[in-house]
Amino acid sequence: MNEEEIMLRVDCEEHRIIVDTRTTLLDALRERLGNTSPKKGCDHGQCGACTVLLDGRRANSCLALAVAHDGAEIVTAEALAENGDLHPMQRSFIEHDGYQCGYCTPGQIVSAVGMLDEVEAGWPSHVTGDVSAEKISLSDAEIRERMSGNLCRCGAYANIVPAIREVADERARR
Amino acid sequence: MSTATRVPGRAIGAPLDRIDGPQKVTGTAPYAYEHHVGYPLYLYPLQSDIVRGRVAQIDASAAEALPGVILVITHENAPRLADTSDKELAILQSDEVAFRGQYVGAVVAETFEIARHAAQIIKISYDEKAHDVALRADRDDLYTPDRVSGGFPTDTEEGDFDEAFSSAAVKLDETYATPMEHNNPMEPHTTVAVWEGGDLTLYESTQGPHRVKAKVAPIFGLDPSRVRVVAPYVGGGFGSKGLPHANTILAALAARKVEGRPVKFALTRQQMFSCVGYRTPTIQRIRLGADEDGRLTAISHEVVEQTAKIKEFAEQTAIATRMMYATGSRRTTHRLAALDVPVPSWMRAPGECPGMYALEAAMDEMAIKCNLDPVEFRIRNEPEIDALTGLPYSSRNLVACLREGARRFGWEDRDPIPCVWREGRWLVGTGVASATYPVGRQPGSRVRIRCEGDGRYAVEIGAADIGTGTWTALTQISADALDVGVEVIDLKIGDTNVPFASVAGNSSGITSWGSTIFEAARAFREQHGQDPSEGDEVEAGMPENPETDNYAMHAFGAYFVEARVDADTGEVRIPRMTGVFAVGNIINPKTARSQFIGGMTMGLGMALHEESLVDPRFGHVVNHDFAEYHIPTNADVGEMDIVWIEEEDPYVNPMGSKGIGEIGIVGSSAAIANAVYHASGIRVRDLPITPDKLVQ
Repeated sequence: MNEEEIMLRVDCEEHRIIVDTRTTLLDALRERLGNTSPKKGCDHGQCGACTVLLDGRRANSCLALAVAHDGAEIVTAEALAENGDLHPMQRSFIEHDGYQCGYCTPGQIVSAVGMLDEVEAGWPSHVTGDVSAEKISLSDAEIRERMSGNLCRCGAYANIVPAIREVADERARR
Repeated sequence: MSTATRVPGRAIGAPLDRIDGPQKVTGTAPYAYEHHVGYPLYLYPLQSDIVRGRVAQIDASAAEALPGVILVITHENAPRLADTSDKELAILQSDEVAFRGQYVGAVVAETFEIARHAAQIIKISYDEKAHDVALRADRDDLYTPDRVSGGFPTDTEEGDFDEAFSSAAVKLDETYATPMEHNNPMEPHTTVAVWEGGDLTLYESTQGPHRVKAKVAPIFGLDPSRVRVVAPYVGGGFGSKGLPHANTILAALAARKVEGRPVKFALTRQQMFSCVGYRTPTIQRIRLGADEDGRLTAISHEVVEQTAKIKEFAEQTAIATRMMYATGSRRTTHRLAALDVPVPSWMRAPGECPGMYALEAAMDEMAIKCNLDPVEFRIRNEPEIDALTGLPYSSRNLVACLREGARRFGWEDRDPIPCVWREGRWLVGTGVASATYPVGRQPGSRVRIRCEGDGRYAVEIGAADIGTGTWTALTQISADALDVGVEVIDLKIGDTNVPFASVAGNSSGITSWGSTIFEAARAFREQHGQDPSEGDEVEAGMPENPETDNYAMHAFGAYFVEARVDADTGEVRIPRMTGVFAVGNIINPKTARSQFIGGMTMGLGMALHEESLVDPRFGHVVNHDFAEYHIPTNADVGEMDIVWIEEEDPYVNPMGSKGIGEIGIVGSSAAIANAVYHASGIRVRDLPITPDKLVQ
């Protein structure tokens, strides 16, 4: 068994831990640091329940080895809520009932937050009509396409899309 | 006293946000694996890689030498179970292997990584025997089970089907097939087992904490009072978590060997395809006969499906056919093939879901043969009473659902001729199907209500919330039953330390638990009045509902679907689905709508995506992960238009509500299949409708 010492900044707090080099970032968060906000749904990057913001971008933490991310900045859904105030995306998921069992939900919400940043940065998707356009128009088809890495077996998609749309529209007005 | 008097409420009917919303959106709601337990150990299972035979030799020496490995448990050193009558659960009690993937042992180690690695280097050899895992309708060893699941008769016969069918003016005789499907809740089946001084605590991912307790206690020879099951949050179930499976026993067995330290066991996604139940594949022959006016004179629904050799599960697939439409004669049968396979079990609307796919696809074909609009054809065959019981319906508004759905969807201008509507490369079509689900009701639930002072009330019942909204709905029901605001209710569920509750299944939760809450609230007010003192409490059991002797009770619904089929690739897209339901009173419109869209989305998966493919040579599901077992993604789902019609049903329960957790998957796959036919002109009778079946 090989071990390495790493530092992770998780939800604004620094942690120095010695990890088995086989440990995924997800298991380091859940089993070593007790942060169970990201969930384990498949452990293979196929469901998105473990999505965190990794150095500002959404990532499947089950596909990352912790040892490869020494010094990384990680944000989970737990820290999107600041000082007890829920993030607008969290409030919108509650308002639109964009969840049922709640197991995929932290991943959906982190993914949605990361996705809106990607859209703002002008990253095109598979359904983007004009990939060279400076500004992406966030249609429902764009939301659906960009959120398809986050599976929801309860089938809340038809509520997740308007939940994200409301936050995106609000953001666009600002 | 009749339980059937509806109490007009203030909280019931309000679209409240989920009261557990803040915990769920931050990820702080504790699921089974996430309860804080001190110094846990981690379990990784050993599963047979043969289908049938015996374990010959186990060489665990290399694994046992690994630092951090605490225990390798196999049939050679596992504790003996006190009750081995349930062969699915009686694991590690002998060297026998009865299906591929059966547990033959486990590694317990200080970390998950060590346990997984150790499991990979254990060498197990087997004496292999010939096996048989292939379901076919022409097998000569099909047998007739005594009853089908739910306690229903295996076969029914009404009138003279053979005579009526042979003399019918219009006839249909087709066979429909549905594949093996896996529930795949997002939270894998999970157990954290802790033994302390002979007491067993299970943090469990389950739809029925009390059911787990009742099942596990005798297996370990324990008085039930020594078992506690905790499950405040459950990451979906859809039936697979309705009964404990062998993973629960494996974790508890291993934990017994390391008494004092908790053992954590969550299945991997791949392991979810071998040991936690599945929907049986079905082969369903449907024959329909009608007169010249399109009135059904003969219905026959003959089902062939599979069960496991080690334990019988007989899905009640044809049950809805027994009551759905009026007919002069009717036959339903179920035949089983007992195979060397894992035990099939419940998956969302077991019985009604695959059965109504076949019936509603056949009704579409028959409408065309009768030269009738498929909505009109269904309305023409609406029964006056319930054929199964001979009773009138407490309420039956299928016709209203069909008419309202047709209006909302814009059905009236539909050209019935298939394959004529083309937009560019897309062939477009529309389809309809009916839905039904019985008003489930299970006995035994109990509720304790206690005044906590300051006008607050504790309401305790060991029910489960698997995403259905139980936390919120029971809070609303409690508020109205006690005639107080929701803000003063402290609901406690998900723990066997509170009174018994029946399992969250059969869409029976709200009827069973809600009726019990109303009964307990009535008793509480009777004993303690409107101004109780702190500590005043009552406990009450679920009352009988005498109206079940007088009325048949079912929910109904209808779907209208638009399908688009790519003329070149066979890709199917579903841009919009309309669902109209007649389900009595709605407890919470916000969470209810989610139940309907969730069921319809799973129906979309059934229609187009889901199929567990078994390799007959090796007996395992080949596509055992989300990359290859496709469930609907966000991009697969289009517009969902959901409504329910006003339906006052004073007979079902004090809330006037009908269960809604399953009806959304019943018939929705048929509506999609019917729309795909209308779009493409191709009638696919074996689900899922994958592109290869549409490219001809």
